[in-house]
Amino acid sequence: MTYILKPQLHHPKLAENSLGFTRRDYEGSVSTLCAGCGHDSISSAIIQAAFELELPPHRIAKLSGIGCSSKTPDYFMGASHGFNTVHGRMPSVLTGANLANKDLIYLGVSGDGDSASIGLGQFAHAVRRGVNMLYIVENNGVYGLTKGQFSATSDKGSKSKKGVVNHDAGIDLVGMALQLGATYVGRSFSGDKEQLVPLIKAGLMHKGAAFIDCISPCVQFNNHAGSTKSFDYVREHNEAVNRMDVIPHRDAIDVKYPAGTTVKVAQHDGSVLSLHKLAELYNPNNRAQALGYLQARQARGQVVTGLLYIDPDAGDLHDALETVDTPLNELSGADLTPGSKALEAINAGLR
Amino acid sequence: MPKPVVNDFVVKFANVNGSGSASANGMFAKSILRMGVPVAARNIFPSNIQGLPTWFEVRVTEAGHLGRRGGVDLMVAMNPQTWDRDLAEIEPGGYLFYDSTKPLPPGKFRDDVTTIGVPLTAMCNDRYELPRERQLFKNIVYVGALAALLGIDPKVIEQLLAEQFAGRQKLIDANVEALHLGVDYVKADLEPLRLQVKKADKVGDRIFVEGNSAAALGAVYGGATVCAWYPITPSTSLAEAFTGYCEDLRTDADGKAKYAIVQAEDEIASIGIVVGAGWNGARAFTATSGPGVSLMTEFIGLSYFAEIPAVIFDVQRGGPSTGMPTRTQQADLIGAAYASHGDTKHPMLLPADPGECFEMGALAFDLSDRLQTTIFVMLDLDIGMNEWLTAPFKWDDKRQLDRGKVMTHDMLEAGADFGRYKDVDGDGIPFRTYPGVHPSKGSYFTRGTSRNPYARYSEEGAVYVDNMERLLRKFETAKALIPAPITKPAKRKTKDGVIYFGSSTPSMLEALEHLEGQGRHLDAMRVRGFPFCDEVYDFVAAHERVFVVEQNRDGQLRTLLMNEGEIDPGKLVAVLHYDGTPITARFIAGKIGQLMTLGQIEAAE
Repeated sequence: MTYILKPQLHHPKLAENSLGFTRRDYEGSVSTLCAGCGHDSISSAIIQAAFELELPPHRIAKLSGIGCSSKTPDYFMGASHGFNTVHGRMPSVLTGANLANKDLIYLGVSGDGDSASIGLGQFAHAVRRGVNMLYIVENNGVYGLTKGQFSATSDKGSKSKKGVVNHDAGIDLVGMALQLGATYVGRSFSGDKEQLVPLIKAGLMHKGAAFIDCISPCVQFNNHAGSTKSFDYVREHNEAVNRMDVIPHRDAIDVKYPAGTTVKVAQHDGSVLSLHKLAELYNPNNRAQALGYLQARQARGQVVTGLLYIDPDAGDLHDALETVDTPLNELSGADLTPGSKALEAINAGLR
Repeated sequence: MPKPVVNDFVVKFANVNGSGSASANGMFAKSILRMGVPVAARNIFPSNIQGLPTWFEVRVTEAGHLGRRGGVDLMVAMNPQTWDRDLAEIEPGGYLFYDSTKPLPPGKFRDDVTTIGVPLTAMCNDRYELPRERQLFKNIVYVGALAALLGIDPKVIEQLLAEQFAGRQKLIDANVEALHLGVDYVKADLEPLRLQVKKADKVGDRIFVEGNSAAALGAVYGGATVCAWYPITPSTSLAEAFTGYCEDLRTDADGKAKYAIVQAEDEIASIGIVVGAGWNGARAFTATSGPGVSLMTEFIGLSYFAEIPAVIFDVQRGGPSTGMPTRTQQADLIGAAYASHGDTKHPMLLPADPGECFEMGALAFDLSDRLQTTIFVMLDLDIGMNEWLTAPFKWDDKRQLDRGKVMTHDMLEAGADFGRYKDVDGDGIPFRTYPGVHPSKGSYFTRGTSRNPYARYSEEGAVYVDNMERLLRKFETAKALIPAPITKPAKRKTKDGVIYFGSSTPSMLEALEHLEGQGRHLDAMRVRGFPFCDEVYDFVAAHERVFVVEQNRDGQLRTLLMNEGEIDPGKLVAVLHYDGTPITARFIAGKIGQLMTLGQIEAAE
């Protein structure tokens, strides 16, 4: 892998958002992943989501672990600080970064090996603490960088490229996230940008632990017959519960929605999610029902996608810790050091 | 009657864990301090909550020897389980204090030890109804009896009770009554002991505090805002003390916290949170012990290579593995100094008492920001979990936090050339930026893989080597920032030296007095940090033989000296104590005396 500079020239008529940024300003360096990799589609969806949300790129912090998916933060939002941490430990680093400065937007990018195997514990604990973040798992059911071993999200009975059948039960990170208290849970497919981009947009704006499991077929090692994470398999078994539009709070929110099939959800920051229900009985505000629905469909071999659960009034770890409004990394010595008088009082109590 | 022994003896309490004895014993020690007589008090406790033996040792020392002396002059034997070994530990001519409610066979005593029986259980059963009251007040009754036997003024203890239970008069009254049950029994039926506490003026303005509390307070003064930790003896009370101090000192007018504390799911997450916060410009730390450091090593390597500030308080205990979790050692030095895979080394601070735990606890954050790396503060169980008499904490209000080389928005705007891993000043330390600082300048991608001075991925050998060499230059820079060693020259010119550090200090100083009394003269140097500065190597060079005193099996400080300073191993003589008890002056003086004599015999031959 070598560092390749992207040409700086671009089409003179590229559309700008209200901050004066073009889509190119949200891009990063050239991807070194395999041609056709689902992960590149997700990077592209992230770029589009941030551009459409008109987020200043430098106010986003991108963090990842180790693996193919974790390399991707280098390939989008080059003006953001990024941190490629250690394998399976991105959640703790993101938690610490978030504690230091509550004002940035935190995007955690991980893979199924990084989050469901080595990092399962950290994934679980960052979610249950309600760290304000969007956590995306680019889930291909396989170890790509080490060439094709099963990951823990591989379904039982699925076949590897070499023909080996997986005999271990697969971990469903969506089910775990729901059970652990994530306040925004979605699943999507790297090949379905129409569904994925709004899911990412709403996840970036959500306050609290937002999680998206994004199935992302590995063109090299997991896109064959017998795989349950291939393009063909997912397209055939995809069961979308809803489609979503995101209306940021700066727009007028008196948009007309088709009656009957649309649910409006207002988030903390004033943005409105407009959910077009596809499955009539599906209610994304009920955690218990979401878990039940998910498992019932899974039993029928269906991969449920869409916004599966949202608590629009969720709080985050900073609320729980009751931290000051000023980011901790901006507090000065005068804010932090109690001074010699206070120390004298402490001394007096220790005699 | 033999001459009284005034203000110079050791009392040891043998108790059952969970019986409520700790607070009564603590009060006993503090009452002696309030009489102006220094004490050194140590808990010896099991890894258990209730039912196992636990000991509390109080050395009464007007001369101010704060190390453990060894030997016991008065055993307060409140635990039948450990009776035999407690009895055996008493020095000939010493005293045994016990609960004489049930008669014991004569074989359970010693002829050369004076026995003092007080029927504590019977007295408490007479006076109290509830079993818990009988148990708790029994502790205060024996404190009262001991006060009368040793000449401690009961008024002093009454004052301490009033302070401890301030605002709860009923509790104060009940405790004072129990205290006098003990005092009165002794006055009516027994004689005072030969061991006596007499009012003195040797404590001065010193404070009595645990190293863990002191280090936590140092972290508050050092500007730490993020603490992530996982409970592990003997470091737990450090994180808990930080929580307490922050609640008192770092809560703003609206009740909001100017700090964030997370009890993480394990030590790996703890250090991950610290590294994340450090990357994002907050001062962050974790407190742990050896097993925790083992788990953290991958992240410590990331902190070293990606150059992210972090502070780790390692309160050392007996290893390896689970080892002796409630006993003290200085056995993590090598593990901390070279933690992680690849070529790594990390600065360490080596506090010798709670006063230094405070100072170094604050300094560690300046150093980690300045050097952009992990700084270890190496406490041990002896300093961390025991209250030590130490000089009062001091803080200069003019002191500023040193945030190190941070490139600001204005500097970037003015066109400064930002290379995250570029050595601009020749000291090996690059500039960093905080995430979110500028819309178009100063962002970079942090990774644990090799990269060029502008933080771009590179696997080129020359680029990698340049960077590794710069990290060595940075380590060289650290030498001047680490607290300098303290030298105590011998009264006479000598070819012998001794190097020591940390909690061995008070015993070492006392041992030097013994040795000097025997005509054995040694120049002494206390090292206070790693990497060692030139002064340390000069000291070794200036002596023919240097003893290295430490509390581990393998001579870890000695190894670091040899390794970093290319010192001839034959020149450094190991003096090692590692049975889990704090090192004593008797041990050091005995061992060094023996080695010096042996050296003379060998020389004569």
